[in-house]
Amino acid sequence: MKKGLILGVLVAAVAFGAGTYFGRSGKQDLTISSSTSGASYSGGFKADAATKPEGVIRSVAGPAPTNIVVVKDGESIQAAIKAAPKGTIVRVMPGTYHETVYIDKDDIRIIGVIEEGRRPVLDGQKKLNDAILYSGNNFVAENLEIRNYKGNGIMGQAGNNFEIRNNVIAESGVYGIFPQLGQNGIVEHNVVSGIADAAIYIGMSDNILVAHNDVFDSVAGIEIENSRHAIVENNYVHNNSGGLLAFVTPGLPIKDTVDVIFRNNFVVGNNHPNFGAPGSTVSGIPAGTGILIMAADDVVVESNIISDNKVAGMIITDHANASNITADPESDPNSDRVKILDNVMLRNGYDTIPEAKALLLADGKVGRKNLDIVRVGPSPGSCIVNRHQYITAGVDDFAECDFTNTAATVNYLLPPVPPREIKPGERGKVVYLGICTGCHTYNGRMIGPPVQVIQALYMDNPQGLADFIAKPTKKRDDYPEMPPQDYLDPETRLAVAQYMLQVTN
Amino acid sequence: MIRALALVIAAMGTAGATGPAPTDFTLNTNCPPGFEKTGGVCELRTLYQFYDSLENRGLGGTRTSLPPHRDGFTPNQIDLGRYLFFDPVMSGDRTLSCASCHDPARGLSDGRPRSIGIHGEDAGRAAPTLWNVAFLKRFFWDARADSLEAQASGPLYSPKEMGNTPDQLLKSLNDNATYRRLFKEAFPQQRGPIAEQQVFTALTAFQTSLVSLNSRYDRYVHGYDAALSQREIEGLNVFRSFVARCSECHTPPLFTNEQIAVIGMPEPAGQPFDVGAEAILNSPKLKGGFKVPTLRNIARTAPYSHSGAFADLRGAVDFYNKGRGNAVPKGMTLYLHWHISDPKLTEAEVDRIVDFLGALTDETFLPQTPARVPSGLPPTKRGE
Repeated sequence: MKKGLILGVLVAAVAFGAGTYFGRSGKQDLTISSSTSGASYSGGFKADAATKPEGVIRSVAGPAPTNIVVVKDGESIQAAIKAAPKGTIVRVMPGTYHETVYIDKDDIRIIGVIEEGRRPVLDGQKKLNDAILYSGNNFVAENLEIRNYKGNGIMGQAGNNFEIRNNVIAESGVYGIFPQLGQNGIVEHNVVSGIADAAIYIGMSDNILVAHNDVFDSVAGIEIENSRHAIVENNYVHNNSGGLLAFVTPGLPIKDTVDVIFRNNFVVGNNHPNFGAPGSTVSGIPAGTGILIMAADDVVVESNIISDNKVAGMIITDHANASNITADPESDPNSDRVKILDNVMLRNGYDTIPEAKALLLADGKVGRKNLDIVRVGPSPGSCIVNRHQYITAGVDDFAECDFTNTAATVNYLLPPVPPREIKPGERGKVVYLGICTGCHTYNGRMIGPPVQVIQALYMDNPQGLADFIAKPTKKRDDYPEMPPQDYLDPETRLAVAQYMLQVTN
Repeated sequence: MIRALALVIAAMGTAGATGPAPTDFTLNTNCPPGFEKTGGVCELRTLYQFYDSLENRGLGGTRTSLPPHRDGFTPNQIDLGRYLFFDPVMSGDRTLSCASCHDPARGLSDGRPRSIGIHGEDAGRAAPTLWNVAFLKRFFWDARADSLEAQASGPLYSPKEMGNTPDQLLKSLNDNATYRRLFKEAFPQQRGPIAEQQVFTALTAFQTSLVSLNSRYDRYVHGYDAALSQREIEGLNVFRSFVARCSECHTPPLFTNEQIAVIGMPEPAGQPFDVGAEAILNSPKLKGGFKVPTLRNIARTAPYSHSGAFADLRGAVDFYNKGRGNAVPKGMTLYLHWHISDPKLTEAEVDRIVDFLGALTDETFLPQTPARVPSGLPPTKRGE
């Protein structure tokens, strides 16, 4: 069911709408405003005073590390990352690399070196799952070519302050670039194509900039899902089934999408047949959709060129009208406060779906050959400027916006957040309570001897205790041998030894 | 010197847990392992508190903080809860304790496909593990309770489980001089007979002490690469890959996102289809929906699924690899979760996921089963 997104409920909407609108005359007073004058958008994310950036933020991952390692064709990127301390640039030379690269430490940058157009290529050969998995903070991936993976090209799980730029990603599974559960990230200047879901998918993330990307031949171009404070600008989004998406997907632990700006994008000819996997949310997108807003709040659409999308330039809908969407009592199903500013819309909706035609009819718009904007389902608090320039269905009751542009909003990025400083004493206490107390109590017998006994042995020798726990030897016949605690770094071992030697209960 | 100390310790040992039972019941004044006593109450301490998470939701990747949790109970309340938890006086016929189905020796579950109530009835669903319930916001497979206190009345008063009634429960506790004294110690501000809410508070206090965050996976998270074997790392990468997508719902660090998901697992032969959360939320789209369970200590809690359809972990993992909707009953429409796909993992990849799940085992803070409980009933499990 490729056109499943808009269905049954529309029949009722048409019947209701017909009674309301058919009697109205087509004449409307024009309210004309200019985007070059007039008020600027004052909503959206505001950094608090402490983190308010000075000047425009172009980078979020912090200062570049000085430690550099080089990986050459024939070598393993993962081996280099495994050996690298946090705070390393891994330079990858042109060549072909068949591997899944994972990064679970902070401050790692994978930077491809492009020589006369030759890039380092990560090739999954349709056998490997994902090209890059990262969970570390301050992660950067640049200048890579990624192809033939089955899962994702680049997938993040909770890394903050990430930068993903200048990569070429093709035919690489479900998502090309998918940061998830992260804060403060930039996805820019990537060329992503042939992706079975979203070429660029921002999932459950905050403070994001997606800019200057070229995304095409995918089911969805750029998707902002269950995320807040995202700006999507200056992208070329063409020949996907759906171009730009702002969604709330039900059933995810983060329940809303709020504060998204789509501006200055080219959203052109997104008519690719929908090849989304059965059951996936995007498989319900009608092929030919420029922009799709579903249940997301405070989405601003400004200064895009939206043309040649055969179903509609823009669809605004809710969960109730999406046939393949599950339910979530904790998510607001409606697209609240959509704000449509000036956009260039050309030749959209020339081969639209019957449900959209019915909505046009319901608005009393007979004989229209095109359709720019269609809204179905409640969309309270929404507004539009210069509405007369578009062919619309279901937006007649939108208010006039009280602003005409978003010029005052540069982006929603934050300065790189420095790592939290943890004092050794604090770490020592937490390791003692979180780990040691599983086997030791202050004055009783547990798996290991009482802390009092340990204190008697090591009172003036915390380093001795720290050394012992790294490599314990069997000391007591009636106790099991202690497992080594060498997974704690030497500083932590000393801190916990010092803490253990001074506890009093 | 060391030998002398060892003798001292041995002597202390005999006086402690392994020695003869104390003549009377006393409540522990120290916090359980993992907790710091501050201002008279126990607060959890874990390395995860040094990390952050998006919107403070406790979901993400490796070094991600935990969700907000319950703690702040007194050591007395926690220890009283422990006695209640292990005391068969809690059940209608004095044969079952909480620990009968949440057995420390069986991953705080019971090793059965579905639990068995006081009269031998099939309780219909499997006993979930109690590890890390301090971090949860929803309880029962169908998420029908929103606190541990609210959850407690379910099994206590269900005729298919512990079969007690509020009146009988409070009468048996109030008739017991030891419990009357212990409740006064644990709830010094309260007057009058033992009240139901005190029972639920004490049970909650004890259950929030059941914390498992020291697995080999956790050591890996905190920066020790060698904590996981090569196979387990490969398994982790399949687990979090977007082909398998396990971590999309079994999200670290708790390995659950606590959402309701319709995944279309089969019922064991002879079991009727369980509509799950549909009945609670009156939402046909959630027919067959269940709360995503944690995977911590999962290797300890076979069999698997809400009704025990899978005897072992590999069978449970393999279900997801058999294709979307492979066990949906004929003629039934389920709104299967979008992550239920057709991943076509290799047999080796399925094995690696199972390997990785084994690295989530940590029972270092396993609670101690009391040698005796105030009712004088044997604090043992059925049939033992």
